[in-house]
Amino acid sequence: MKSPRIYLVSVFAIFLACAFLVGCGGGSSSTPPNTITSSGNNVAAISVDGGPVGNYADAAFTSVTVCVPGTSTCQTISGILVDTGSSGLRILASALSIALPQQNASDGNPVVECFPFVSGYTWGPVQTADVEMAGEKASSTPIQVLSSNFTVPSGCTSQGTSSNSDLDANGIVGVGLFTQDCGDYCTVVQTGGNPNLYYECSSSTVCQPVAESLAQQVPNPVSLFSTDNNGVIIELPKVSTGGEPSVGGSLVFGIGTQSNNALSGATIYTADDFGNFTTTYSGTAYPDSFIDSGSNGYYFLDQSLTGITECGGDELGFYCPAGTVNISATNQGQNGSSGTISVSIENADTLFNSNDSAYSDLGGVSGTSAPYYFDLGLPFFFGRNLYTGLQSATYANGYWAY
Amino acid sequence: MFERRARSHESRPWLSAAVLVMLVSAFPAWAALGGDVASVQADQLHMQGSLRTTTTASYTVHEIKSATGIVVREYVSSSSGKVFGVAWQGPWPPDMRQLLGNYFEQYVQAAKAQNAARPGRRPLMIEQAGLVVEVGGHPRGFTGRSYVPEMLPAGVQAEEIR
Repeated sequence: MKSPRIYLVSVFAIFLACAFLVGCGGGSSSTPPNTITSSGNNVAAISVDGGPVGNYADAAFTSVTVCVPGTSTCQTISGILVDTGSSGLRILASALSIALPQQNASDGNPVVECFPFVSGYTWGPVQTADVEMAGEKASSTPIQVLSSNFTVPSGCTSQGTSSNSDLDANGIVGVGLFTQDCGDYCTVVQTGGNPNLYYECSSSTVCQPVAESLAQQVPNPVSLFSTDNNGVIIELPKVSTGGEPSVGGSLVFGIGTQSNNALSGATIYTADDFGNFTTTYSGTAYPDSFIDSGSNGYYFLDQSLTGITECGGDELGFYCPAGTVNISATNQGQNGSSGTISVSIENADTLFNSNDSAYSDLGGVSGTSAPYYFDLGLPFFFGRNLYTGLQSATYANGYWAY
Repeated sequence: MFERRARSHESRPWLSAAVLVMLVSAFPAWAALGGDVASVQADQLHMQGSLRTTTTASYTVHEIKSATGIVVREYVSSSSGKVFGVAWQGPWPPDMRQLLGNYFEQYVQAAKAQNAARPGRRPLMIEQAGLVVEVGGHPRGFTGRSYVPEMLPAGVQAEEIR
C-alpha cells in the first residue's frame, strides 16, 4: 500500500504542474485540482491499479479487515473493489482464511444469498464479521462469502451467469446509497417471476427462499460504523489523457462529521427510489442515469444518439472514435439541483493497447433502445471528490454530491 | 406494500381459474421469447402481475407489472403470433430463464464470454446473429431487453422493443 506521503507528493506535483502550465488537461483548465485527504482515522487508501488480476481497467481497490466478532482473530484482505453502485461487503471464500460464524434462519438452517449484479449473480453464505476499514469498525456485520459450498438453486441460476468465478477481485465492498443491499423487497418471500435474494439451505443441495429482516440483510458496512456512518467520499486525482499505469487516492468515511470530510460547497443531487437521477444530453432527459464507481467506464446511450463510433470485435460495446470526442450533459437530482458535466471519450482499442489501469476517457454504450441512460462510472470520479450520501430521514434514497 | 399484497390475494379466484386454464390447455411451461401468446399468459400468471396490452399495426405489447415494481413487456407479432422481443425494468431482474425460454442458455454462455473477454463491470451487450440481449443499470435499478433479430416483423425497428 502506498504511504500518505506519496499522496501528498503527488498532489503537490499536480499543483506545481498546474501552476506552471496552462491548464491540467481535459476540458476544465480553470478548475484547480481536487485536494485529496490523506490522513485521518476515517481515511482508507484506494488505488486504481488493475486489481488482483492485473488488467482490470478503471476500478478502485482497497483493503478490508474482517474479524471473528468480538475477537482479535482477523484477516486483512486486499484487492476489494470499491462499489458505490451497490451496498454490502462480499468476499471470495478462496481469499478468506479465517472461519466466520454463519448466519442462520429461525429454523437453524444457514442463510445463503444470491445477489444479482448486471454482470451476473454472486452466490454464497451470509456470515458475520467485525468489519474494519481505516480506523472505523462495523461490529457483527452480515457479509456474503462467495463460494459454491451450497448448490445454487434454480431460482438463482435463473438470474443468468455466476460472478463468483469471474469477479476479478478478492471481493466487493458496496458503499452505495442504501443501508441494506436489498431492503423491504427481501423482507417477504417473493413468488413467481420476482427473484428472491435470500435462501435458507436445509442441506448442501437443498435451498429455498427465506424472508430476511432488514437487520439480518447484508448492509452497507459504513452504516454500522459507530461514527462517520452517513456516507463516503471517493477522492481520486485527475488522470491524464491516454491513461496512467495506476493512481492512488482515498476513501473517506463520513460526510460533514470531521474536519476532513466537509461538503465544502459541493452540490447535492438526490436519487430516486431506484438509485437514479436524470442526465440530460442534447435536449433529451434520461431519468434512469446514475453515478457508480463500480462501473469501469462512462457508459451512455449508443452510437445512433451520440454519433460516437462503437468498437467492433472483442471490444463490442465500447466507443472507438477516431479522435477524442468531448460531450457535455447536465445532471439533475430529484431535489432539482443541476449542473453541467463534461465527458471525454477516446478510442477504447487504443487505450487498452497502452496496458494502463486508469483511463479518464474510457466509455461505451449503455444500451441500444429506451430506457437510454448515463452510467457515470469510475472515470467520472477522477479529478473530483465525489460524495455518496447514505439514505436518511432527510435523503430517503441517498444522494451524490460533487 | 401490504395494500398491494392484499390486492393480489383478492385476485386469487381469478388466478385459480387461470391455473386451471393453463393446465387444461397444456401450454408449454415458461417460454416467452420465441414462444406464442400462451407463454405470455403463463408469464403473467407466474409473476402474479397485472396485464396491460397495446396494439400496433404489426404487434401487440403485453405489459406485465408486478406489485414489486418489476415490469416486463413482451412483444407478440400479429402475423406469426410469436414473442419476438421482451424488455424489463425494476429493482431486480425478472426470472431470466422463464423470460428467455429456449434462448436462456445462449444468453448465459454469451454473458460468460463477455465477462471473460475483459475484466470490468459494465452493461452486458450481447449481439449475436440469432439473439440480442442488453442488461444494464445496477442493484435496485435494472433494465434490460432481448430480441431475436430474424423474428422481427417486417418494418419493425429493434428500438421499438423497450
